[in-house]
Amino acid sequence: MKTWDNIVKISRSVNDGKLSAVDLVNESLSLIDASHDYNAIISTIKKRALERAKIIDNAVKSGKNMGRLAGVPFIAKDNFLTFGGETTAASNILKGFNAPYQSSAIEKLESEGAICVAKANLDAFAHGASTENSDFMITKNPHDKDRVPGGSSGGSAASVVLGLAPFSIGTDTGGSIRQPAAFSGCIGLKPTYGLISRSGVVAMASSTDCIGPMTRTVGEASLLLDIMSGRDSLDSTTIDKDSLGYITLDSDIKGKKIGLVKEYFDESLSPDIKASIDDMVNKLKTAGAEIIDISLPILPSALAVYYILCPAEVSSNLSRYDGQRFGYSYKAANDLNESYSESRALGFGKEAKRRIIIGTYVLSSGYYDAYYKKAQLVRTKIVNDFHKAFKSVDFLLGPVAPTQAFKIGEKSNDPLAMYLSDVLTVAPNLAGIPAITIPIDIKNNLPVAIQLMAAQKNDRKLLGAAKKIEELV
Amino acid sequence: MINKNKYLYKGYLPTIGIECHVQLKTKTKLFSGIDNDARDAKPNTLVSHICFGLPGSLPVLNEEALVLGSKAGFALNSRPQRNSHFDRKHYFYPDLPKGYQITQFEAPIVLGGSVKIVVNDEDLVIGITRAHLEEDAGKSTHDVGKDYSLVDLNRAGTPLLEIVSEPDIHSSAEAKAYARELHLLMQYADVSEANLYYGNMRFDVNVSVSKDDNLGTRSETKNLNSFKSVEKTVDYEIKRQVDLLEKGQAIVQETRGFDDSKQRTFSQRTKEDAHDYRYFPEPDIPPIVLSDEFIDSIKLSMPIMPDAWRASLSTAKLDSAQIELLLESEIENPSVSYLSVINQFLDKPEELKKIANWIINIEIPLRKEKPSLTLYDDSVRSKQYIEVFKLLNSGDLSSNGTQELITYLLTSEEEIIDVSVFANKKGLTQNSNKDELGDIVSKILADNPKAVDDIKSGEDKVIGFLVGQVMKASKGSANPGLAQKIIRDQINSL
Repeated sequence: MKTWDNIVKISRSVNDGKLSAVDLVNESLSLIDASHDYNAIISTIKKRALERAKIIDNAVKSGKNMGRLAGVPFIAKDNFLTFGGETTAASNILKGFNAPYQSSAIEKLESEGAICVAKANLDAFAHGASTENSDFMITKNPHDKDRVPGGSSGGSAASVVLGLAPFSIGTDTGGSIRQPAAFSGCIGLKPTYGLISRSGVVAMASSTDCIGPMTRTVGEASLLLDIMSGRDSLDSTTIDKDSLGYITLDSDIKGKKIGLVKEYFDESLSPDIKASIDDMVNKLKTAGAEIIDISLPILPSALAVYYILCPAEVSSNLSRYDGQRFGYSYKAANDLNESYSESRALGFGKEAKRRIIIGTYVLSSGYYDAYYKKAQLVRTKIVNDFHKAFKSVDFLLGPVAPTQAFKIGEKSNDPLAMYLSDVLTVAPNLAGIPAITIPIDIKNNLPVAIQLMAAQKNDRKLLGAAKKIEELV
Repeated sequence: MINKNKYLYKGYLPTIGIECHVQLKTKTKLFSGIDNDARDAKPNTLVSHICFGLPGSLPVLNEEALVLGSKAGFALNSRPQRNSHFDRKHYFYPDLPKGYQITQFEAPIVLGGSVKIVVNDEDLVIGITRAHLEEDAGKSTHDVGKDYSLVDLNRAGTPLLEIVSEPDIHSSAEAKAYARELHLLMQYADVSEANLYYGNMRFDVNVSVSKDDNLGTRSETKNLNSFKSVEKTVDYEIKRQVDLLEKGQAIVQETRGFDDSKQRTFSQRTKEDAHDYRYFPEPDIPPIVLSDEFIDSIKLSMPIMPDAWRASLSTAKLDSAQIELLLESEIENPSVSYLSVINQFLDKPEELKKIANWIINIEIPLRKEKPSLTLYDDSVRSKQYIEVFKLLNSGDLSSNGTQELITYLLTSEEEIIDVSVFANKKGLTQNSNKDELGDIVSKILADNPKAVDDIKSGEDKVIGFLVGQVMKASKGSANPGLAQKIIRDQINSL
């Protein structure tokens, strides 16, 4: 495993002419090549990455500063639209799709000199918690090849942990950044909803989709959030970034109130994880934090709400994959209906179809009120309960998932068991609040992590506390 | 309560509701910065990643559509709602790239309203249920004999306002009057080009018939783009449905189309094929909140609407046929305004009536005949009309002369401000002062003895020179024809 320097240091060296962007890109590409048995990467963007690297090196030679990420290679989950190669969302239906525009997040990273070198594997259309739902291949956990890396941003998480590039980006709709970060062992940030533009990212569930960085340190995640966040004229759900930015953090935990969410520590939680968290809680106490037991009785409903609302939006967002304009199209169709049904039947994987069917059902007339509408009501209650909780505490703390990384195949035939791995991560998506995964321990040769949450738009504050926890590890 | 009896056809009461899709005249599409005017564009040239429904594309609402939708709200005797939002309506069709249409289902921009119509001198109020914003789909072409269809997405994402009426209409004449009034309202409110030929307004007509107080099963005839087809559809559907019922057959709830060449409707699809649209709130567009300031500013910006014109014009004793002709003509040619001329005489009923008549009888027909006519500013034309009015009042102008003079004024290559001088020059004034002209001629003849001699000796063309001198001396006010006559008279009597 390669240990890259901190990205601040890398870009400084590139801007100083001490490191060549071309060398960095080549190094990343050869590491990707050498680790191909982990199945973390779907495709590389070699030609464009090297072209961009050359431009950066030449500009540096002529005395230009090429930005805060000058020459830093990174890996994007393959549901970010990028130039220079295919964007597939790990689905057969999008195989061969060359995006004519780039996602806003990628554009912002590139404007600071970063170079996207490869596209990471994921559960197709980000539907899953293990990357086993990828239509192409299963990514392996960097710590144990028999285990899953988590998902859906499993390829992005594995890439960072394997050191294929200094950082990666992922998407988090119900835990898809935080859970693989916990399983694979890296920092994974899901910012406040709307803080990073969704434009140019293959939509899963529009009302909970979030984009975030996956890094080795909290400081790097902060820098990347600072770069990617803010209003975007291409996404009307975006919000302004914090007026202070996200670079300088207040990591003083003294006097801060941290709520331990009772519902997150029930009997289903692995004792190993619980013990690691208890250790960290004690360290935080010693560091001056005030630990408060808190209950959010609505939380057990979050998973049910999520698995109604999310498929509803998924069924709608996947309607555009109809074989008529882009992506896979069944050419032998005799008429329009056959073209639709066969293109979608052959193009979509099992999980996408399962969610389309559930989503179509809960939105159907006669069922809408009982499912979709009721779920929205409960969602509002979840938002309000979190809001109330953050009046009495600064942060909420808990595990990311009930278990450590599970074995490949262990849950892939039991969709409900798989859905349950999201049980601790979906609530922040429904509430739109920021949450972060911080690895705190290694047990059974696998990472253990905690999840820290803060109130909406308190991303800066969240990152400060996360930095403290990182120091305490 | 309506008087049912006058509507009955073979004992059945027809009930009609109309949905109208109005294309809003925004510069760009409803959710993307792409040109909204596709009339002269080649297929699929006005298409962005948003119109094409590419992965990752997100709709961004065009604020201008909110302005126009709000104006339409006031035009419909209502006001825009403070809170509204968009929903997704799902169905698969190749000209619907996302697999759903973004529309307003739950909370439309306009809720409630009314449209006043006049049929057979009777005032009627047609209720408006709602008006909502939505995006148009693309255009599909299915050429006969081809094993493919073509899709043009230029129109995909064009903003529409769908105006839904209450089932308050009971005859084809009322349906036509309602369609016509909506057309007028949308043009006066300046929210749509409202060009029927280009499909800027399309009507879906729901018709049912019943012998009792319960509504009958309805048919919906879609995509009518003329007032006449609305009228014909209603007539045809009433007769078709009553005939079926009289034969003991049931009406099928269905969607129908109108065949222009046969002037009849035909079945397109029945309710069994009906979609479950699976509406839910569009998560990509935050709910719309219109501030009171915004709504008030729209209200203040509203132009004078047809009903207000009708009120003022009838006060000036114009009859309703004249008023309607003026209201219609006003919007036929967007580069000329008759009402803004008339508007300047609202407090002078006598002048207003006269000038309105001139506009109706002279200017409007003239412009119809010669669409290329040079256009003068409304204020210039107002001044000219005032001058003509003065000339007529002072008795200097005959009614025949009036028509000719106004025609001259409107067709003249250059702008004529001094109308009375011009009228004199053209010999249109009734009492051109002969004595005064005689004095001028005497003086000119005395000053030009050689010219007089030349004429006497047969060089007749010299008379033109003398006429020119008279014109010069009269500073152009002389009637040249009359001047020539007096010159000859005086030379002959020398």
